[in-house]
Amino acid sequence: MSPMLEVRGLSVVFDGFRAIDGVDLTVREGELRFLIGPNGAGKTTLIDVITGLTRPTTGEVVFDGRDLAGLREHRIVRLGVGRTFQTSVVFEELTVAENLDLAASFRRPLWSLARRGRGVPDAVAEALETTGLKDLAGRPAGVLSHGQRQWLEIGMLLTQRPRLLLLDEPVAGMSKDERERTGELLTSVANDHTVIVIEHDMEFLRRYASQVTVLHEGRVLVEGSVDEVRDDPRVQEVYLGRRRSDAVGTGT
Amino acid sequence: MEAFLNQLPIGLSIGAVLLLIAIGLTFTFGQMGVINMAHGEFIMAGAYTAYLLQDLTGRTAVIVALPVAFLVAGLMGLVLERLAIRHFYGRPLDTLLLTWGVSLVLQQLARDLFGAPNVQVQAPAWLQGGIASLPYNRLFIFGLAIATVVGVWAYMNRTGQGRRMQAVMQNRQLAAVSGIDTARVDRRTFFIGSGLAGVAGVALTLIGPVGPALGTYYIVDAFLVVVAGGLGQLRGAVIAAAGLGLLNSYAEFWTDASLAKVVVFAAVIAFLQFRPQGLFVLRSRALT
Amino acid sequence: MNLARLRGPGVFAAVAVAALVVAPLLLEPFRLGLLAKYLCFAIVALGIGLAWGQGGMLVLGQGVFFGLGGYAMGMHLKLVDARGDLPDFMVWSGVEQLPALWKPFANPVFALVMVVLGPMLIATALGLLVFRQRVRGAYFAILTQALAAAFVILLIGQQGLTGGTNGLTNFYDLFGQDLAADSTQRGLYVVVAVVTGLLYLGARHLVNSRFGRLLVAIRDGEDRVRFLGYDPALVKTVVFALSAGMAGLAGALFVPVVGIISPALLGVVPSLELVVAVAVGGRYALAGAVLGAVVMGYAKTTFSEQFADGWLYLQGALFILVMTLAPRGIWGLASSARDALARRSKRPPAPAAPPADVPGGRIMEEVR
Repeated sequence: MSPMLEVRGLSVVFDGFRAIDGVDLTVREGELRFLIGPNGAGKTTLIDVITGLTRPTTGEVVFDGRDLAGLREHRIVRLGVGRTFQTSVVFEELTVAENLDLAASFRRPLWSLARRGRGVPDAVAEALETTGLKDLAGRPAGVLSHGQRQWLEIGMLLTQRPRLLLLDEPVAGMSKDERERTGELLTSVANDHTVIVIEHDMEFLRRYASQVTVLHEGRVLVEGSVDEVRDDPRVQEVYLGRRRSDAVGTGT
Repeated sequence: MEAFLNQLPIGLSIGAVLLLIAIGLTFTFGQMGVINMAHGEFIMAGAYTAYLLQDLTGRTAVIVALPVAFLVAGLMGLVLERLAIRHFYGRPLDTLLLTWGVSLVLQQLARDLFGAPNVQVQAPAWLQGGIASLPYNRLFIFGLAIATVVGVWAYMNRTGQGRRMQAVMQNRQLAAVSGIDTARVDRRTFFIGSGLAGVAGVALTLIGPVGPALGTYYIVDAFLVVVAGGLGQLRGAVIAAAGLGLLNSYAEFWTDASLAKVVVFAAVIAFLQFRPQGLFVLRSRALT
Repeated sequence: MNLARLRGPGVFAAVAVAALVVAPLLLEPFRLGLLAKYLCFAIVALGIGLAWGQGGMLVLGQGVFFGLGGYAMGMHLKLVDARGDLPDFMVWSGVEQLPALWKPFANPVFALVMVVLGPMLIATALGLLVFRQRVRGAYFAILTQALAAAFVILLIGQQGLTGGTNGLTNFYDLFGQDLAADSTQRGLYVVVAVVTGLLYLGARHLVNSRFGRLLVAIRDGEDRVRFLGYDPALVKTVVFALSAGMAGLAGALFVPVVGIISPALLGVVPSLELVVAVAVGGRYALAGAVLGAVVMGYAKTTFSEQFADGWLYLQGALFILVMTLAPRGIWGLASSARDALARRSKRPPAPAAPPADVPGGRIMEEVR
């Protein structure tokens, strides 16, 4: 079976700085892949390239047999690639349900959005259920807590039925309880989706990750299972001077 | 051919005036997210300063007026910044509308103080005439702009104040936590930018009459310079001002005065297809 | 609950009755004509409310579209009055043959279609060019303003085509009716009022639909919307074109109501004045936009009748005050007051919740 996502020889140069330097990455359908690496390793840039926010300098990104080069962001989303952001962005003026509804309607023709919609689409009801935000459906998204916003963002993604989900640090800044719930959400999402997660939290990684790719200074350092990666001397070297349990800092 | 050459100093001096105006706009916009429509009235204030000084100093008024107009317009800018604009930082659209209200009031004030009809400022005798097709007054304006650019460049790159200004423009929060008094830097930027508009006003008295609506003729074009040059970019402003000034005068030459502005507008739109953020850009990763 | 639900339609019905029945009965023809003029501005304001209040696109050049609609209408009326000859002003400027641009406007259907289509086409072209390049916020505002400045200079310069500074005036015949007759003016008023009402309802429907929510989402986070799979450039272009079409229609109605269309009515300043009116009325509510246009139109007439110069001070000062003290305008003030009263009468110590229907203090505007 051909891979769902294939990144080949990817480089991104910003004003002479090589943020990504010859990365290859293959993700198969149904996989749950974690991307880790220290600050500046190029994790978010990689996701930015896949989703069209940043143009690659060289190399290609092939999703489901299609080259994504030069496609604008919304086209890539329409092909079935969805993402969240480190700092979650939801529409604060709109209610939780309206946020989900807006996400769910993205394949409708523009003119049909002008018709008065009645009732709650199935996808929205489902997402409210999955994310546990049902009780907050009618509240403006502006009142949500940090954790709830992340879940709403993931919920918005789910209503779009993407084939590949890219989550950028979903548990950063979350409390222990919130991390737990996010992990459960992630597990259930990963059951029927292909997911790539950028995450720093080692404990979270150990509990929920299977396949891990370690990026360092714009290159792929190691790829393998959690245990393989943890025991790899190169990874330890990259994280040298820090305790392994809380290895990586925040942000990229 | 001679007619063609005649357009060159006209275009360059228009560009020079646009540049003097646009420097203030691009820095207040780039640094504080402020769009100051009343900037046009600082030009007008500068021009009237020269007019008033005429009674005292006779025909050297234009020269004496340069520093005085800088101070007058600069102080007006400072007052405006203190009283109103600083409450609107980072909300360019709101500042645009707010300062338009200020601009209306200032124009009416000028009408009440100096009368609605245009007035003339006599240029010094040595600025009349010219060499070949190069009139001295336009050469003077051109030289003034060059001197200003050199001065602003030196200020920004060779003085501590200027470096702090650049720091605030590039990353306000980082500058603030590094111990820079950003409010003070903002005030200075505003003062200098407004002052330069006053200087532009004095320059304009050399090529035309002075009236209460003087600023409105230039402010829109000066904003186009900001758009084409890129936010807070001195280099960009210089190139864009020269380009727009020349385009203006040659478009008038080749078509006619009424079509020239349409040509310039179309050219700016076409330019934005290639450089949507203007000639030079400060990069950032932020998602708006 | 039910009563509160009925309040909106109730107010609308009351305003409709006042506008369509009471006003024509009470007002003398001159005043009724003024009201019709304000309503023309209100139609433009509605478009501004849609583009700016809902969509975050500050449109500073609506005068251009107002003018395109107005000139399309004016050209048709001129040709009808000329009865096959050249329009009077062309004779004066020494034009000998009817310009090709004018010919199709002899056809009333073509003229009426162009009233709306012309502005919408230009707005669509401009919108696609700038929005696709992600030129937005203040840049877009400046470009629309530059367009208005260029348009006015073009109109003034092309004397033989446009009547120059004087514009087009001296109309006598409107689709077979005598324009000077009171009955025609009364009828015109009714048409303007009905059009305003219908457009208001249409715009309101749009705002309350998914499309309206998408528009607000784009205003508050354009880049985020892209990652939901929508193309913000397309949505913004549609709304910009709609607002342009409204302005065009308003311009066309304005011509027979006021009897003139000229560059002085549609340059940078008149365009800004309408934006100001929307801000004063309340930019986040369509009704606020309409209210602002009528109130500011009325204030301008009243004050400039008495002290012409004072009006500019007053307008400037009023605007500075509104922007600093009440950025949500009269409508915002009214709804805060209403909420405060409602809270007081219900449960005294209730914690203040921000009103959900209008954007509150946090106004996200992009620099670009």
